[in-house]
Amino acid sequence: MRSIHCAALVALCLAGCDAEQGDPALAPGEHLPGGETTNTFLLGSNAFTRQAENLADEHDQAFFSGNSLFNMPWVEAPASTTRRDGLGPLFNARSCAACHFKDGRGAPPLEPGESFLGLLIRLSVPGEDMFGGPLPDPNYGGQLQPFALPAVPGEAEPRVEYAEISGTYGDGEAYTLLAPTYAFDALAYGPLHAEIMTSPRVAPAVIGLGLLEAIPVERLEALADPDDANGDGISGEINPVWDVEAGALRPGRFGWKSDQPTVRQQVAGALLGDMGITSPIFRERNCTAPQADCLAAMDGGNTTDAPEIEADDFDKLVLYSEVLAVPARRDYQSDEVLRGKALFSQAGCASCHTPSHVTGDHPIEAMREQLIWPYTDLLVHDMGDALADGRPVFGADGREWRTPPLWGLGYYEVVNGHTRLLHDGRARGVAEAILWHGGEGEAAREAFRTMPAADRAALVRFVESL
Amino acid sequence: MFDRFRILTIAALVPLALTGCEDEETTDGTAPIPAVTASALENYAEIVHASYEDSLTAAREMGDDLGAFADDPTDATLQTARTAWLDAREPYLQTEVYRFYDGPIDNPTNGPEGLINAWPLDESYIDSIIAGDEGINADNLEALNEAGGEENVATGYHAIEYLLWGADTSPDGPGDRPAADFDEAESDEAERRKIYLYTTSDMLIAHLEGLTADWADGAANYRAEFLGATDEEGLRRVMTGMIVLAGFETGGERLQAALDSGDQEDEHSCFSDNTHRDMIQDVRGIRNVWTGEYQRLDGTTIEGPGIDEVVRAADAALAGQIDSKLNEAYANAQALEVPFDQSIQPGNDEGRSKVEALILSLRDLESLLQNAFTLFGLTVPVVE
Repeated sequence: MRSIHCAALVALCLAGCDAEQGDPALAPGEHLPGGETTNTFLLGSNAFTRQAENLADEHDQAFFSGNSLFNMPWVEAPASTTRRDGLGPLFNARSCAACHFKDGRGAPPLEPGESFLGLLIRLSVPGEDMFGGPLPDPNYGGQLQPFALPAVPGEAEPRVEYAEISGTYGDGEAYTLLAPTYAFDALAYGPLHAEIMTSPRVAPAVIGLGLLEAIPVERLEALADPDDANGDGISGEINPVWDVEAGALRPGRFGWKSDQPTVRQQVAGALLGDMGITSPIFRERNCTAPQADCLAAMDGGNTTDAPEIEADDFDKLVLYSEVLAVPARRDYQSDEVLRGKALFSQAGCASCHTPSHVTGDHPIEAMREQLIWPYTDLLVHDMGDALADGRPVFGADGREWRTPPLWGLGYYEVVNGHTRLLHDGRARGVAEAILWHGGEGEAAREAFRTMPAADRAALVRFVESL
Repeated sequence: MFDRFRILTIAALVPLALTGCEDEETTDGTAPIPAVTASALENYAEIVHASYEDSLTAAREMGDDLGAFADDPTDATLQTARTAWLDAREPYLQTEVYRFYDGPIDNPTNGPEGLINAWPLDESYIDSIIAGDEGINADNLEALNEAGGEENVATGYHAIEYLLWGADTSPDGPGDRPAADFDEAESDEAERRKIYLYTTSDMLIAHLEGLTADWADGAANYRAEFLGATDEEGLRRVMTGMIVLAGFETGGERLQAALDSGDQEDEHSCFSDNTHRDMIQDVRGIRNVWTGEYQRLDGTTIEGPGIDEVVRAADAALAGQIDSKLNEAYANAQALEVPFDQSIQPGNDEGRSKVEALILSLRDLESLLQNAFTLFGLTVPVVE
């Protein structure tokens, strides 16, 4: 019955309500971005904390334990808690929630001297590892960890400075953007590689991930247009990345460059890279050969072979990360928002920020066959020089970024107390984020930049209604 | 800000989907908000104010006893201070049902919940502050608390609890910190530990003063805004607190996770072994709001129409179900084995089954309250 209902919704969308056609009327279900999973209940500062509304009761225990694992800090091994020891030795944060506060989104340091929490720096050197992925710095590895256990030196103290860039809208109104530059003080393990490549990344909100995982591969393949065969100036590509458990390349879906194929591998990567916790997927510790103190520090596994997070707990943390619900949209019926929605399509934003998909199969039943509205194609696109990090990850080159989902964007301010957007949080709101778009996003940016002020406001208000 | 919203239920979506692109209709067959709601909300505000005022009174009394203990740290003064802490928890726990709707307690801009009652406490973090040389004052502790997320909890009731009891390593009793930890002749850190104790206690009192003022009658404050909003919006806030506290917070985050791990550090008031009271008084807080009755510290009772009358006016059978489920949950909370940390140990089947029974009744209560929520169409906010 449920699938028939979904199919009916899709048919209706295709029949004439589709946002892509610029029809200002409300499409069925578009105010429930996660379909039946949508959190329709708690829409304030805890808007990201709820489990999918259609989640079966049998998952409750795993969800709430996963919630606890997500929030609780890891501690140095050995400790009286055998379950949660194993932090570091090098790390960016002690808990998931430290960066994804209230399951939400991190920000760069907002004041001078503030530490890097919620923004991390990826590192690599020219070349590829054995799977085609980035080659880590020989001294510092694949990610800069500023913090460490007492006996181990932290890797460095990153710093960010912003230069103000001025521009003008088509109607002559002035705007400014903040262009970041990064520096690394107190490098503890020698110089960075002469050809080091760095990529700053903020922690994204942890909502709707199981749904993104359930978008059929065929759908992504249909959306991809690597050679721009349709001549619209947009050439989205699937980023094929190494799936460790499958032992094969799979479409990347998570991370700023579609770096990870599954929520499991994303969670395992964050455990190891951000907190120094080994897991059933990544069992090797995150220390490079020159980091002797790191290698010598005690392991938090309960036996010689066991990872620091036990398999059972790992599964719970993954389930938790998959089923956190996207909140219902607010304000979606106002005339201005509906006008902004039409402008969003007309400007070409929806060409990459694909409004809706229907999910396919997924191990968690609640994720299946849902009409969802994430506003992403999960593909990587050339975003121009101004946003380029110059650091390739598998098939995504140094100018390419994944189209990030826009669902829940309007809640960042109330959940996380900031409105910083883009991969490094440089944009102070939706308008600035659009103005940074280049490359395949340039035409859409110019359409926005040259709109009358009232239209720009409507478009921004639409995005903030998501 | 939600005043602008009207309401659309999920049920209304199906016809909507079938009619295609037409503008949405929000006539949805839900129950109208009963007339008694206005006076129930007035009575709710009275209860909220009284219970914060009682929490403040008890916190001030605790502050006096903490001072007496710090001035003369003996086993007897320590015991008095601990008793004062346990007493101070009783009224405060009943206020937890006022959370989750971004009211004064957890307003995202400046709500003090994270400074008053955040948990889990990071005890080694507190020890490191005491052992360090940074100034211990309200500004510094506020900045350090929750630095980098909810994870460096260092203030509030549980910080005081840790200072009075210390870590709980005992299988059948609470933590056992000696009074000597506060005696300069015995401990090098005694002076800073005392300063820490005073500082957190003063902060707690100041935060409770703020909350009491936010809910005081006759001022341009949150209470005025709350009662000035529509009845529908007021009811939405009140019921949000009840539903989230019953289900997600108590039934889920606090009990389910603790039961699953069987881990001593997963219990709420782990230093004092007072977790069973946390559960009882949390449920009692929900019951206060439901029945519209609150018994004050001085023995007097505030009585008026509760949310029960609001629901009963629309669906008497549902109200009856909630009555009995709430009583069942309250009885289950009182039946918990003490100490809670032992009752969740793997192998303690009887203790664990009592925790399971409480979880089940709280989750059922959540569902029933959600039914009432939906009955009034209080789900998806839609802009008019």
